[in-house]
Amino acid sequence: MEKEKLVKIRDLSVSYQTRIGTVSAVDHVSFDIYKGEILGLVGESGCGKSTFGKALLRMIDPPGEISSGEIIFNGENIMEYDYDRLRDFRGRRASMIFQDPMTSLNPVQRVDEHLIETIQVHEPRTKQNLALQRSKVMIERLGIGMERLLSYPHQLSGGMRQRVMTGIGLILNADLIIADEATTSLDVIVEAKLADQLREIRNDFGVSLLLITHNIALVAEMADRIAVMYAGHLVEIGDIYKVFEKPKHPYTQGLLASVPNIRFDTKEQLYKMPGEPPNLTHPPLGCRFHPRCPHALPICSQREPSLLEIEAGWSVQCWLYQKQSNEERSD
Amino acid sequence: MSGMDDRKTNEDFILELQNIKKYFPIQKTLLDQIFVGRIDYVRAVDDISINVRRGEAFGLAGESGSGKTTIGRLSIGLEELTEGKVIFNGTDLASLKKEELRKLRQKMQVIFQDPMASLNPRMTLGTSVMQGLLIHYPEKADQHRDMVVSIFEKVGLTPANFYINKYPHQISGGQRQRVVIARALITRPDLVLADEPVAMADVSVRALLLDLMVQLKKEFNLTYLFITHDLATAKYICDRIGILYLGKLAEVATVQEVYQKPMHPYTKALLAAVPVPNPRKRRTEPMPEGEIPNPINPPSGCRFHPRCPLASEECSMIEPKLEELEPGHFVACHHAQLG
Ligand SMILES: Nc1ncnc2c1ncn2[C@@H]1O[C@H](COP(=O)(O)OP(=O)(O)OP(=O)(O)O)[C@@H](O)[C@H]1O
Ligand SMILES: Nc1ncnc2c1ncn2[C@@H]1O[C@H](COP(=O)(O)OP(=O)(O)OP(=O)(O)O)[C@@H](O)[C@H]1O
Ligand code: SF4
Ligand SMILES: [Mg+2]
Ligand SMILES: [Mg+2]
Repeated sequence: MEKEKLVKIRDLSVSYQTRIGTVSAVDHVSFDIYKGEILGLVGESGCGKSTFGKALLRMIDPPGEISSGEIIFNGENIMEYDYDRLRDFRGRRASMIFQDPMTSLNPVQRVDEHLIETIQVHEPRTKQNLALQRSKVMIERLGIGMERLLSYPHQLSGGMRQRVMTGIGLILNADLIIADEATTSLDVIVEAKLADQLREIRNDFGVSLLLITHNIALVAEMADRIAVMYAGHLVEIGDIYKVFEKPKHPYTQGLLASVPNIRFDTKEQLYKMPGEPPNLTHPPLGCRFHPRCPHALPICSQREPSLLEIEAGWSVQCWLYQKQSNEERSD
Repeated sequence: MSGMDDRKTNEDFILELQNIKKYFPIQKTLLDQIFVGRIDYVRAVDDISINVRRGEAFGLAGESGSGKTTIGRLSIGLEELTEGKVIFNGTDLASLKKEELRKLRQKMQVIFQDPMASLNPRMTLGTSVMQGLLIHYPEKADQHRDMVVSIFEKVGLTPANFYINKYPHQISGGQRQRVVIARALITRPDLVLADEPVAMADVSVRALLLDLMVQLKKEFNLTYLFITHDLATAKYICDRIGILYLGKLAEVATVQEVYQKPMHPYTKALLAAVPVPNPRKRRTEPMPEGEIPNPINPPSGCRFHPRCPLASEECSMIEPKLEELEPGHFVACHHAQLG
């Protein structure tokens, strides 16, 4: 069965102008997000995950700028949208939940008011009582007690607030939810419950979920596919089972081997990745990972490998997997 | 009295927490206090006993607000006890004068979660690390620099002379935590309280820091009181672990025992909730109902009973004692069971 594509990202680059130079935070990234999938996006702090997520909604503010690329959402290039269409797009078609919902919820607005307002901004002709009705259905769907509709954000626990944010993201039947470290500050049991809920929501609503996190185990728990970023590059993307079983890119290999595992049946030694992540104002030439790579070839420090599909649905950006095209590229 | 009575073997305990309690009064207006006539308390730590063996890494785990940090602070005399005793190297901390306690501090050092917050931004790294020597070993001033160089090398900040002159903002987060570790170890402590020391680090940096802490423990004969909300991390460093729920110990045993044969229903839920980095081992267990209750008015009987799948009437009325159900394995539950 051919999976339907919701978003096609082509050659997307984002840079920030800073005092010390241009930060290349997302560099020529291309891949697709399928309808109804959970895609986990992982990578070290500063590798560009949040920048990428925000760029998908064109939410990059100065000093940042989308310097190249196309984002085709359901067949439309949102790079061509004017301000009004963009505003309608955010919220109705795609929305974002962040790590700290307190910053995105209005402290003097009750839960019901948040939801009703979201509906009425995008669908001004919806009557108050209909909007309230839909809000109630959503709140119940998320396992929040009806009495919470009248609560203010500060009266809710962290997990509860995250669910309210998720509800706001879903109430207009968005096709894409971007969750940027949405479970990161939550306790494990609360996180596990939110994970269950997000999975159910995907199953019931068919929404696509881009799960941005540095919690690799959570991605193993929830996602259908995993995308790995390193220093602004997408270095590997593929099926969750395949990538965890036999990661191809040396960075993915090191990353997965350094994740602590609570089970006692696994290796007791964590992989110790040498070196530090690069400075993105002056990223290493060639493969950005080469200074830390245990398998680097001479060419790795000279030329940038391209993201190549090495197996159906499994792409890797690494010279180890492009020996044939190596010659093609050098002429 | 609930407690761990594992003294029978005459072991060498570096730290003994005996029925310690910490109740924080809730700030209320004066009018409230006069008219209601009663002050409410957060029962952050409520009758906990732990004996930490010399040379072990003892973990304290539990969700946010369970009392981990407060126990840590009580253990090294940073917080005053409401009740109970803290005995360090055989000395009751309460029997010490301020000055004596300050002296003892060189033997009990702390590593906190946020290295940026624990380093002075205007001090070079070398000067920061040297502070402990100035306080505790002023007579050895001529050796201070060599001692700093040596400890920088031990924590992997090489070449030491390069890092000594840098400022905190000039190095990465992982390197900063190495500086904090160096600063803790330079006074040659016996006990290191590490409160979420790797919580802010990326996975790959976390693996390096954990490995470093394990190496240093061997080399310097350290005892760790290792506080974490991350059970997966605790597995790589702790010998024994105590699971806390709302200021009470639910279970204590070796890490292997607790993780492979948890007996308390809360421990089981907590372990099941931790995601495993293997998509073929996804969780199937349901999570407990509800949220952690308010520590001001904790539930009667067993504090976990409103969320517990095994709860009976007894659980809502009688508080379970922490009992040794298997050798070295302590559980506070009326229906503790294996499996
Ligand atoms: N507003 C900004 N101005 C300048 N540089 C920025 C800005 N936002 C991000 N950057 C830089 O862009 C790079 C990517 O940052 P981004 O926040 O996208 O990373 P991330 O992968 O989300 O990291 P984290 O895991 O810490 O959230 C980093 O080097 C960061 O310093
Ligand atoms: N100085 C204080 N005054 C009042 N209440 C306090 C104080 N310090 C801690 N508490 C309360 O005591 C309880 C235990 O807090 P503690 O910081 O020890 O928990 P913790 O397990 O370390 O949590 P976390 O994982 O969030 O760090 C909490 O309910 C907290 O709000
Ligand atoms: S391209 Fe070269 S340096 Fe980069 S990951 Fe592959 S082998 Fe290592
Ligand atoms: Mg981010
Ligand atoms: Mg704490």
